[in-house]
Amino acid sequence: MVGAPYSGEVTTTESSSGVEELASVVIRFAGDSGDGMQLTGDRFTQESAVFGNDIATLPNFPAEIRAPQGTLPGVSSFQLHLADHDILTPGDTPDVLVAMNPAALKVNLGDLRRGGTIIVDTHDFTDRNLSKAGYASNPLEDGSLDDYVVHAIDLTGMTVASVEEFDLGRKDAARSKNMFALGLVSWMYGRETDTTAAFISARFAAAPDVRDANIAALTAGYNFGETTEAFGVRYEIGPAPMRTGTYRSITGNLALAYGIVASGVTSGLPVFLGSYPITPASDILHELSKHKRFGVTTFQAEDEIAGIGAALGASFGGALGFTTTSGPGVSLKSETIGLAVMLELPLVVVCVQRGGPSTGLPTKTEQADLLQAMFGRNGEAPVPIVAPQSPADCFDAALEAARIAVTYRTPVILLSDGYLANGSEPWLVPDVEALPAIEPRFATAPQNGDGPFQPYARDAATLARPWAVPGVAGLEHRIGGLEKADGSGDISYDPDNHDLMVRLRQEKVDRVAQDVGPTFVDDPDGDARVLVIGWGSSFGPIGAACRAVRASGISVAQAHLRHLNPFPADLGDVLQRYDRVLVPEMNLGQLRMLLRAKYLVDAVGHNRMRGLPLHVDELVEVITTLEKETR
Amino acid sequence: MTIELELTAKDFSSDQEVRWCPGCGDYAILKAVQGFLPDLGLRRENIVFISGIGCAARFPYYLDTYGMHSIHGRAPAIATGLATTRSDLSVWVVTGDGDALSIGGNHLIHAMRRNVNMTILLFNNRIYGLTKGQYSPTSEPGKVTKSTPMGSVDHPFNPVTLALGAEATFVARTVDSDRKHLTSVLSAAAAHRGTALVEILQNCPIFNDGAFDAVKKPDTKDDAIIPLVEGEPIRFGTDGRRGVVRDPEGGVRVVDVDDVGEDALLVHRVGLADPSTAFALSQLSGAGVLQQTPIGIFRQVDRPTYDDLAREQLETAGADTPDTKAALGALLAGHDTWTVA
Ligand SMILES: Cc1ncc(C[n+]2csc(CCOP(=O)(O)OP(=O)(O)O)c2C)c(N)n1
Ligand code: SF4
Ligand SMILES: [Mg+2]
Repeated sequence: MVGAPYSGEVTTTESSSGVEELASVVIRFAGDSGDGMQLTGDRFTQESAVFGNDIATLPNFPAEIRAPQGTLPGVSSFQLHLADHDILTPGDTPDVLVAMNPAALKVNLGDLRRGGTIIVDTHDFTDRNLSKAGYASNPLEDGSLDDYVVHAIDLTGMTVASVEEFDLGRKDAARSKNMFALGLVSWMYGRETDTTAAFISARFAAAPDVRDANIAALTAGYNFGETTEAFGVRYEIGPAPMRTGTYRSITGNLALAYGIVASGVTSGLPVFLGSYPITPASDILHELSKHKRFGVTTFQAEDEIAGIGAALGASFGGALGFTTTSGPGVSLKSETIGLAVMLELPLVVVCVQRGGPSTGLPTKTEQADLLQAMFGRNGEAPVPIVAPQSPADCFDAALEAARIAVTYRTPVILLSDGYLANGSEPWLVPDVEALPAIEPRFATAPQNGDGPFQPYARDAATLARPWAVPGVAGLEHRIGGLEKADGSGDISYDPDNHDLMVRLRQEKVDRVAQDVGPTFVDDPDGDARVLVIGWGSSFGPIGAACRAVRASGISVAQAHLRHLNPFPADLGDVLQRYDRVLVPEMNLGQLRMLLRAKYLVDAVGHNRMRGLPLHVDELVEVITTLEKETR
Repeated sequence: MTIELELTAKDFSSDQEVRWCPGCGDYAILKAVQGFLPDLGLRRENIVFISGIGCAARFPYYLDTYGMHSIHGRAPAIATGLATTRSDLSVWVVTGDGDALSIGGNHLIHAMRRNVNMTILLFNNRIYGLTKGQYSPTSEPGKVTKSTPMGSVDHPFNPVTLALGAEATFVARTVDSDRKHLTSVLSAAAAHRGTALVEILQNCPIFNDGAFDAVKKPDTKDDAIIPLVEGEPIRFGTDGRRGVVRDPEGGVRVVDVDDVGEDALLVHRVGLADPSTAFALSQLSGAGVLQQTPIGIFRQVDRPTYDDLAREQLETAGADTPDTKAALGALLAGHDTWTVA
């Protein structure tokens, strides 16, 4: 998602040498949860990224660790979009499906482009597996795949044959079939397998037989592509133009964890993470627990409440407190977020949203926790909210959340989601020296010389109160959840004081907008009548849809919100400039409700809760229809 | 780390008006704490009191240290984060029986099993005071309160039993009105590394008056209090006529010393690795209206603390080494990069 905007059509040119040039392709690897499809997808992503393609990925896996083998619920998949130009989404419809068993074919076929390519491992197409997947007859034989280009190959059999020399049982030998498939696909798309071979060597260093078998399978798959007549052509997808610099590929959860580590470095504060495992946020806890070298303490608490409580206690002591969770965990943390609002201490609450309500769809994406983040507390308890728009952007969003928390002495909620968490894209590795500094500005003495310390006196510009940490003589004070007297911070039941404090806490959060730039509106034609506005991970689909709409000759403007509370100061004006405002969301219209309430704008929604990113094709249609209505 | 500070009880009193009901046991505890804090030899600014919600939880407001009156039941969790990141602080938790054992039961047991450096003062009045008199998880069976007009059918927790079950490394019980005993137990608790849990029997004259009369009234006290003294045979009652022996069926029981002879009495040892004798002693209190209870330190053993171990890992990982920015640069780049020229 970097480089020059892409505006042309997808082009396919066939060259005489049997190499076909493609502008982009969407490949989906699908198999049983135990087949290693996530790893396969990951490696192909890495190979393509190193090659210089732009990439966007969509892992999709069941909530069950090991659903029964060969069944429909047990299917795990990894979709990846690679292109010679800047792309924004992992793609709606795969061009190529690699299916390791009948269930994987059944579950994924419906998404495949008509005429697309299917590579299946015939080994698993036994009567038993076919019936497990609900097939009455073998689709490889009954003509039901006639609309597709099918390569039916005994991947397992060839894998076993290729690793014969190693000391492995048949079952273990067959396990390398994902590497055989990867080798084959790598050949098809002209990708080098060296980085994967190096990766395998490192990963299985302790098990030489497994290591060698995997590498042998990878090579065998590649060679099979080269020697067999079955694949007439290879495809070539050139590198995408990108800004100069050093790149890596990164998932949202990793970028978020790195952002947290970086916020500790740029603020000079020790980082404390209090967290309780929950999908899809746990990887942030795992990652941060590796970075003690950066002064990052991770505390796996007894529950979500303890996780945020400990983080708040650490913040009280002058550390930068973080807690990471998903929607159900935020529900449990609500009371403590309210306490943090009252205590006016820095704290970052990361919510990696998943399908809800309740346990919902643990491994699928959704963006239905916006209103919970906004209002999910008792009393008037305003909390700034930020959201990343792409996997790599999670890094910047984490830094921004930490900056607001420290500058304004407030809890901040960061709303990521399951798609961002596990999706990946190329990331221009930032220069550490150029990262914005975060200034803790601890209180060191009472405000007026010898007078009593005023823990609730405020900074004139930000309305932030002093961060006075234990250990500093002369600043001893007590804070708590009871209402405070303005300035002194003493308990106060005074009616006018309460009215004032409620307003001050709101005003402080509103002032966050003062150092947030104007809303970025992408309106290249300058004459758009429809504005499409979104937040979070729907940036990709919305952006791709807007490009497609523009390519068809229709003007459309796109805005995307990093800050959801407070909104950028000019947002009301921006919304007024357009005839129609469309708010696509993976919820029933939560941002739309906020925009309508605040700006009295008649925004319309496009809402899908399928546990998957919004479909670009659908969005194109909705935008086009809406635009026609304005004429 | 004793410093000549010459602080007095007054230095630890804040300017806030104390607002407990007249005659509340909390006053006596506050006085005792204000009186003994100067003896710790710690600077005021290095002491932090964290409380939950309840009458007891107002405590931090009245001490001129750092303090946080947090939310119901969560003080041990908050204290865990503070203690883990700030080894230089003396962290105290003040909590009630409802705060600690109902809503906050989970945090309490986990703090004790982890053995985080904090001293927990559990004010047990066997009632919900602040919410005006509902039964609590320490109320006796059959207790008639606003929410149990026909008597409570809940079996209560014994806080000491619970703490021992959670393998707390320091567990003690004392009484609000016995300042000397209170002070000596608190001093030992403060000196302990790890989590120290001190149950303080606290009278609530408004909603549960007389709950601890047995251990307070001059005429019953001697027969009700079983003093636990390190290295001493466990003996009590008028002229020390009663004592505690091991029960061959398991556990311990109270006997007449004349029946068994002095040598048969159980000698109290706080440092036993196995908590089962302490556990058995804690069961002498019974679940009903208090008639008899051991007072003193039940258990005091060494075990590495969570926060020390966590800090050690940071140190091992090189948290204090320079060139953090360069290290961050290397981390962000990772191993699989490519360059666009
Ligand atoms: C989340 C929440 N639930 C309920 C309450 C109401 N509440 C306040 S104190 C309390 C019980 C306190 O009992 P205890 O801990 O024994 O303290 P005491 O008042 O007896 O000292 C309750 C139920 C609250 N403040 N917060
Ligand atoms: S209600 Fe009971 S515990 Fe609370 S302040 Fe009054 S006497 Fe003390
Ligand atoms: Mg109570």
